[in-house]
Amino acid sequence: MTGFRLDKGGLIDRKAPLYFTFDGRAFTGFAGDTLASALISNDVHLMGRSFKYHRPRGVISAGSSEPNALVELREGARKEANTRATMIELHDGLVAKSQNHWPSLEFDIGALNSLASAMFVAGFYYKTFMWPKSFWEKIYEPIIRKAAGLGNASKEADPDKYEKAYAHCDLLVVGSGPAGLIAALMAARSGARIILADESSTLGGSLLNENEEIGGMSGHAWAIGVIGELGSKSNVTLMPRTTIFGWYDDNIFGAVERVNDHVLEPSPYEPRQRYWRIMAKRAVMATGAEERPIVFGGNDVPGVMTAGALRTYANRYAAAAGKSVVVFTNNNSGYRTARDMNAHGVHVEVIIDSRKEPNVDAGGVPVIRGGAIVNVRGGKRVSGVELADHRMIPCDAVAMSGGWSPIVNLMCHRGAKPKWDERIAGFVPPDVGDRFVAAGSAAGRMLLSECLADGARAGTLKGKTPAIPKCRDEAFAVTPLWWVKESTGKAFVDYQNDSTAKDLPLAAQEGYRDIELAKRYTTAGMATDQGKLGNVNAIAILAEATGRTMDQVGTTTFRPYYTPVSFGAIAGPFVGHHFQPVRKTPLHDWADELGAVFVETGLWMRSSWFPQAGEDWLASASREVLATRERVGLCDVSTLGKIDVQGKDAAEFLNRLYCNTFSTLDVGKARYGLMLREDGIVFDDGTTSRLAADHFLMTTTTANAARVMSHMEFCHQAHWPELDVQYVSVTEQWAQMAIAGPKARATLQKIVDKVTLDDTGFPYLAAKEISILGGMTARLFRISFSGEHAYELAVPADYGNLVARSIMQAGEEFGITPYGIEALSIMRIEKGHVAGGELNGTTTAGDLGLGKMMSSKKDYIGRMMAAREGLTDKNRQCVVGIRPFDAADKIRAGSHILKKEDAPSMAADQGYISSVAWSPMLNMWLGLALLSNGRERHGEVVKIFDGVRKIHMFGVICDPMQYDRENKKLHA
Amino acid sequence: MLIKCPHCGTRPVEEFTFNGDASIQRPTSNDPATMDQWFDYVYLRDNPKGRFDEYAHHSSGCRAWLVVTRDTQTHEIFNVVTARDYAKKRVAS
Ligand SMILES: [Zn+2]
Repeated sequence: MTGFRLDKGGLIDRKAPLYFTFDGRAFTGFAGDTLASALISNDVHLMGRSFKYHRPRGVISAGSSEPNALVELREGARKEANTRATMIELHDGLVAKSQNHWPSLEFDIGALNSLASAMFVAGFYYKTFMWPKSFWEKIYEPIIRKAAGLGNASKEADPDKYEKAYAHCDLLVVGSGPAGLIAALMAARSGARIILADESSTLGGSLLNENEEIGGMSGHAWAIGVIGELGSKSNVTLMPRTTIFGWYDDNIFGAVERVNDHVLEPSPYEPRQRYWRIMAKRAVMATGAEERPIVFGGNDVPGVMTAGALRTYANRYAAAAGKSVVVFTNNNSGYRTARDMNAHGVHVEVIIDSRKEPNVDAGGVPVIRGGAIVNVRGGKRVSGVELADHRMIPCDAVAMSGGWSPIVNLMCHRGAKPKWDERIAGFVPPDVGDRFVAAGSAAGRMLLSECLADGARAGTLKGKTPAIPKCRDEAFAVTPLWWVKESTGKAFVDYQNDSTAKDLPLAAQEGYRDIELAKRYTTAGMATDQGKLGNVNAIAILAEATGRTMDQVGTTTFRPYYTPVSFGAIAGPFVGHHFQPVRKTPLHDWADELGAVFVETGLWMRSSWFPQAGEDWLASASREVLATRERVGLCDVSTLGKIDVQGKDAAEFLNRLYCNTFSTLDVGKARYGLMLREDGIVFDDGTTSRLAADHFLMTTTTANAARVMSHMEFCHQAHWPELDVQYVSVTEQWAQMAIAGPKARATLQKIVDKVTLDDTGFPYLAAKEISILGGMTARLFRISFSGEHAYELAVPADYGNLVARSIMQAGEEFGITPYGIEALSIMRIEKGHVAGGELNGTTTAGDLGLGKMMSSKKDYIGRMMAAREGLTDKNRQCVVGIRPFDAADKIRAGSHILKKEDAPSMAADQGYISSVAWSPMLNMWLGLALLSNGRERHGEVVKIFDGVRKIHMFGVICDPMQYDRENKKLHA
Repeated sequence: MLIKCPHCGTRPVEEFTFNGDASIQRPTSNDPATMDQWFDYVYLRDNPKGRFDEYAHHSSGCRAWLVVTRDTQTHEIFNVVTARDYAKKRVAS
């Protein structure tokens, strides 16, 4: 062996050397290596520091349960923190850095925490940093934040793509070890649609790591044969590099496929990762078993790892974790490691077996029976072990095995709890029905022949289970040893969070006897590895400390995700401008041509103002208001919800939806409507027009368009299915624009066909289908939000821009001006029309001054509850107008209103300002407010209190309508 | 969770919006004496463990309001009918 790379064997490609760096140092590995195996083969064991004590740490495992060897992978925008070196496939140019240390991995100041460890016992966060309170923000928190935390995230945007995908299958097999492979094979041969997924880069599971014999060949050769057959079948989808991370209702599984994590940069045509939802008729959990560490002094020194990991590095990666190995075991797994290492020519010093009388083939390695390690010597690398009988044995690697835990996580994701099985000293999965079954060691069957038989059974969807190939079994026997109490060094239960064996009895002593509480108190099981290695040990130690059985203590709750899932995968392609769709109105291009500034309202882009050179928003909006009120303006109102309602019972339906009556509306007329919620609060408002006896066109506010539609569907289908009425949203089908101002009529007259727009031909509130521009269908409504003589014109959406341009042309001689929603808002406040600030989910029709609209002659949604005492109280806050007492003052929305003599504080609160605008007509700030008993208080001088800015001023309450109070302009 | 819409077939739960207990019925009287019934209808809801009739709107599908009968503990779905049929059956019974 040269260095720590074995001369032969392993599933690495020695003809394909790969160059990579770790902490800036250059190394070489081979194709087939993981970052961990490549580092081990280069004699690098120190890969990180622990979270609390900053202890030097190396790998413990060879798989996804790894708690220690977490690194920052890649650089710049692609940097990813907390990736497990054991799962990173080595590739040329790979760059990785250790984390959780300062200033360097070799020398770390935080390790001083270890010396002050008395301070850092379980619950130390809750105890130490409680007092004095003022210290928390300024002193404790910044120190903890600097010293703690794992890797650093990149602050740049992720340049890679992620996808979401869906799959359906007859059988999903999770895990491709012996049980998974044979299950997939049996099912595939029956023609069923199979998905076989495995988190590893290569299918084969434990057959890649262990020396097995199946069907007269090596386990690996058998696996290659099966995978070959599966791969040749069109009904089979093989998914390596895919973690099934969760099991959900209806046998739906979540998965992440790491499509391009194993290359330097993904191809521009492929995602980095794919987030799958797999709908499986049936599924097999063949996830295998996880080897547990033993809790003994120094069980975290780099060079100590699980026995299975040590032989995996040798068997699969041809990497020797040391030149002289000590094995510490309470079951047969340690012997297997000893024999395998021997076969690879690595010296095994001794097997320390905690059992008194094991009878296992040790392959000639000496065995100390009934022994235990109390401490491991060495700081950044194992140099020897101390035994309970004070013997000291030099070595540079320790293989430990505390037994095997079936990987039951997925089957427990929907609430079922695993059961303790004394025979294997492990929790076995619950019975969750025949749509999801466990097979192999995941089901607690620890012999290879049992795994094959179990897998074959699970994969036989119909008929008799075929015979399985002959194989060689490795005997399984375990006698629990959880914690070497004589340990002299720190004995870790949870590596990443630095929870020690002593923390759990302490938690129990302080009253945290429940495993869920003990977990949070000691933080055991709360790290990124979610206690995959440490949880069962923690349960056992807590059970012993509290005199309970394993089942009585039970496990903590298993939740998705099985291993960490990146935010990129969860977000999928829905980032940046794909995050949500952009809704452009049919007049968008027209507004854009005229230099509109757009504002997002929900998904909509609305033209907000149309600035000329040098204007800010207020100057622009003020000019637009003046132009509209003096001449004529054109505004895009296409975003209002439009619902076409037809049928014999259309009028009756509207009567029941709105608090006012629509059955009395004449054909060809529009009426303002107010809709309540069933609890009597105002829901929405808008104008509804009757186009024919059985045909109405409703409009809703922009914000509530979708909600009103759902509400109508609910009311009709659930309450009144007998009504003969149909309705459909036509918001997208019609462009709608307001033409307002003294010259609106003259402007429009130039583009309409035939109709004369005088008070006889088209009176106030007329609503008719007409034609414009020599034959284009249009709908014209004489309604006004601005208070001016105004119209709304609707045309088929595709003609929106053309018609808007035509109106601009027609109005040119009158000085037509486009106006945006800022100007619209100013004008509605000047006129005292309520909008979002007042229709805010707390106000009644009465509060809005619209109480008279509520019919007493019919039932409608909200009628009964609106009559409740609290909703009709005269002291309720109702809509009023408000102005500053000193016209030079600026009032702000959100300010509160007090009696003028009251001290500025919320204690004397009487209401608040809901909307404000600078009125270019009145040359001052105006507002609408909700004020207690407000209608009786017009003329009252009040105090306006802005608690955020800590300012107050005087104001005057007035009628909400502050401009053109006689509505002369509306009817001009 | 998957819901079998009578119009669209089996669809993922994300396509649906929920609106609570379907077994309660909107009162029809506007007599002030019925205020207690109205109060119950608008505000009071049971939170049963087990079988539960629940309104579900196939809002990203056919737009039908459905009544899904589901076990609130296991999420097993026993039956799905349209709210329209549910309401008509209620009137008939
Ligand atoms: Zn549907």
